Amino acid sequence: MHHIQHIPLLNSIWFLLVGILLTGYAILDGFDFGVGILHLFVKKDEDRRILLNSIGPVWDGNEVWLVTGGGALFAAFPDAYATVFSGFYNAFMLLLVALIFRAVAIEFRSKESSTLWRKSWDIAFSTGSFLAALLIGVAMGNITRGIHLDAQGDYIGNFLDLLNPYSLLLGITVVALFAMHGSIFLVLKTEGELQSTIKGWVPRLIALFLILFLSFNAATFFECPDLVTTMIKRPYGFAVLALDIAAAISIGLMVKRGYEFGAFLMSALTMVLLMAVLGISYFPNIVVSMPDPANSLTIVNAASSHKTLGYMFIIACIGVPIVLAYTVSIYWIFRGKTRLGHVGY
Amino acid sequence: MSVEILSRIQFALTVSFHFLYPPMTIGLGMLLVIMEGLYLKTKNPLFHQLAHFWTKIFGLIFAIGVATGIVMEFEFGTNWAAYSRFVGDIFGSALAAEGIFAFFLESGFLALLLFGWDKVGPKTHFFATCMVCLGSHFSAIWILIANSWMQTPAGFHLERITGAIHTRLPNSYIVQASDLGHVRAVVDNFWAMIGNPSSLNRICHVVFGAWLVGAFLVMSICAWYLLKGRFTTFARTSMTVAACFAAFTTVLQSISADSTARGVVRTQPIKLASMEGIYETHDYTPMTLFGYVDTKNQTVHGPQIPALLSFLCFHNFKQPVQGLLSMPSDEFLAARNPGLSPEELAKIRPNYWPVVGAVFQTYHLMICIGSAVFGLSFLALTLLWRGWLFKTENPLIRFLLWIYVFAVIAPQICMQAGWFTAEMGRQPWIVYNMLKTSDGLSRAVQANQVVFSIILFALIYILLFVTFIYLLNSKIQHGPDDDEGHHTKAIGASSDASEIAEDLFSRKGRASHQE
Ligand code: HDD
Ligand code: HEM
Ligand code: HEM
Repeated sequence: MHHIQHIPLLNSIWFLLVGILLTGYAILDGFDFGVGILHLFVKKDEDRRILLNSIGPVWDGNEVWLVTGGGALFAAFPDAYATVFSGFYNAFMLLLVALIFRAVAIEFRSKESSTLWRKSWDIAFSTGSFLAALLIGVAMGNITRGIHLDAQGDYIGNFLDLLNPYSLLLGITVVALFAMHGSIFLVLKTEGELQSTIKGWVPRLIALFLILFLSFNAATFFECPDLVTTMIKRPYGFAVLALDIAAAISIGLMVKRGYEFGAFLMSALTMVLLMAVLGISYFPNIVVSMPDPANSLTIVNAASSHKTLGYMFIIACIGVPIVLAYTVSIYWIFRGKTRLGHVGY
Repeated sequence: MSVEILSRIQFALTVSFHFLYPPMTIGLGMLLVIMEGLYLKTKNPLFHQLAHFWTKIFGLIFAIGVATGIVMEFEFGTNWAAYSRFVGDIFGSALAAEGIFAFFLESGFLALLLFGWDKVGPKTHFFATCMVCLGSHFSAIWILIANSWMQTPAGFHLERITGAIHTRLPNSYIVQASDLGHVRAVVDNFWAMIGNPSSLNRICHVVFGAWLVGAFLVMSICAWYLLKGRFTTFARTSMTVAACFAAFTTVLQSISADSTARGVVRTQPIKLASMEGIYETHDYTPMTLFGYVDTKNQTVHGPQIPALLSFLCFHNFKQPVQGLLSMPSDEFLAARNPGLSPEELAKIRPNYWPVVGAVFQTYHLMICIGSAVFGLSFLALTLLWRGWLFKTENPLIRFLLWIYVFAVIAPQICMQAGWFTAEMGRQPWIVYNMLKTSDGLSRAVQANQVVFSIILFALIYILLFVTFIYLLNSKIQHGPDDDEGHHTKAIGASSDASEIAEDLFSRKGRASHQE
């Protein structure tokens, strides 16, 4: 691993803040993606509209976590922003296409009554959500595993190199995670027959996720020896990992007892802890270079100046509490079961 | 084609498409605030109906603005990686601030604006509308600060990074291609960066432009309703609000346009000379109304008004506007091309000019169409004031209303043409006088990848645009619902503006509507 003498506090804070933004994104847009992935499995038109309206008031705000996470990465670690986005060019273009289709499909779908129209946008919404979840997972997998960087910190390799089995496994795991997360969200937002259908899916999705999640953890031991070495130096990481696995298992237990809201919180917690494990084993790197670890980007060599990190920290201290306050209010105002009314999708 | 040209085409394509929608959001947002504010003040349900209908249009536009905006957020990293590394310290903060202060505000309160009619009281709803409008203005402000910094950098110094050592470079330092990855711009003074010499002018100019876009959108749809005799009460009211707003904004925009142009004279004289096609420096510089630039013979053809440009730039008929043949200066060129003779320097000078013909045309397009926009705004106000605007039985008025139907594209053309002027006019620089566009590219990206993404986006954007127009049209055809969910009947009420005003604001109107 790259040798670092001294890590200024602000750099570590920004590592944490970018991590928080991306985790927030995963938790919030995660259930939107999940609703999208499950969308085609719900057959009745009215039910599909309920699905869309369950995320209707919040999906855009959820997506802003990604936009702001991207902006924060750009501001705090411009070299990492440049390397990742130019290196994963094709993958990101596909991700953008998926996000575009998802966004407009939600808006367009119920505006016309023809079956062909609705079916097309349903497919766009669902495949867009699936593809986005998959690509985010694959990108995360590659970051975890390390990518080949040259001395200037640019990615050398091609698109197909990114589609390695390990990263694909994480891709599918993320799809399963979001589908599970979304299904629990839907149980909370629906009622009647639709709710019982979805309730039937939840245990199966949980099982699927658990199997993939455990295999992914096992694969990491073989595929990422450096991460494991770091973890051994930071044994509290294993405690966090154990908690993470416990949280994942408790999702199933809570659903069984009928504590859906608790299960939803637990699946959010699973994501938080997953990111925490990644952060603990990764710190202070942001993009690990394999096979030349010397070219890795760290929170020191990829960071903006101290001044910018300081200004940005002030901006975050002012902005984040305000954002959290009205995000919570909006979720509160739109709490409860989703019903179709005269405004909505 | 080179990666450079392709990336520029891609950026121009994606940002121009994105930029069709935010101006409508910003402008319509202002009108929503006005309409809902009037509702709260007068309690007249007609204003509620107005706000409700335009909110639906707003939602549709907003969705596409969001979908296309996400592309922009990441495109700096995907296509301009070297540039992102060079300016990230400064540019990134503006972009991140946009996310925290603008996008969260907008998207959070948008939920209430669109879906909250029955969930919260009218005052809270109005507050949400104001917050969405504020958010869209914030996003314009932050992104324009970022772009303006590229046009007129300020509040920074250059630094070289070798290993863990950061050395401050002198202000006169010239960035070479070989410096990329080791030299970057670092913020010195946050407020100077934000308040760089072109920020304020450009924020005002673009925001007022966006208001005109919103006002003309409303006027266009209403003019069509009036011509078809549908929803006439609704259309008259909306049109009255929009026309007043357009005329008001026109005054602001005229002041801002003048100030913007004089800002360019000071900060980017090469751009200004290209906008007007001026090669030689003469006293009493004339202004060309329209025409074309003969780049071979370095002259402009077209009708000219003597000394007008001097007057507009300096408020003085005599003072000459500097021509391209003396810019950039010999010292500037010699510093970047050491060892060349004066003749050789003169020969490479045009490499530091933008494509003069194109900048001239886009600029004059903005001016010509912009003048028409100004004229139409005042005309609408005058007709309204005289009570003629709604006399749809008069053929001349019908003809004028048809013009307003199509005039919706006029401010849009100004917005796009203005940006093309500003952006092409600063070439070959991506950061003015500091970093060349050709040095800002991503090294990890090949031409075929960019071609692939251009084709992808072009296809998707065509699909989006067609669908957008289709859905907009069907919303317009459907028209506003009244509060019981029925279509408003076309009531052949008064055609006199003062009577309408009386209708709207009087207690009589209020009482009769509440029954
Ligand atoms: C925050 C930055 C920013 C903002 C707000 C805009 N642009 Fe820009 N634009 C760039 C940052 C940029 C850039 C990344 O810096 C480009 C790419 C290459 C270059 O020189 O500048 C650019 C290039 C560029 C070009 C190509 C110019 C050329 O190659 O000669 C066009 C036509 C536009 N832009 C048009 C627009 C429009 C219509 C905008 C309205 C929203 C706009 N730009 C906003
Ligand atoms: C290259 C420059 C630009 C970038 C990187 C960019 C980025 C974005 C992004 C990521 C979004 C979506 C936010 C969300 O999810 O809610 C967005 C929407 C928006 N942008 Fe841009 N944008 C650019 C240019 C502009 C300009 C020049 C303006 C205004 C003058 C503008 C105004 C807006 C507004 C008002 C929205 C909200 C959505 C809408 O109103 O349609 N943007 N932009
Ligand atoms: C007729 C009078 C007008 C004048 C003299 C004028 C002047 C200018 C100038 C000099 C620029 C270049 C600024 C730069 O490169 O930094 C510019 C850009 C621009 N103009 Fe205008 N303008 C006029 C009307 C309009 C109208 C009516 C609109 C929109 C409705 C508009 C929209 C824009 C936009 C969006 C830009 C690019 C952003 C910027 O650089 O500020 N203009 N204008």
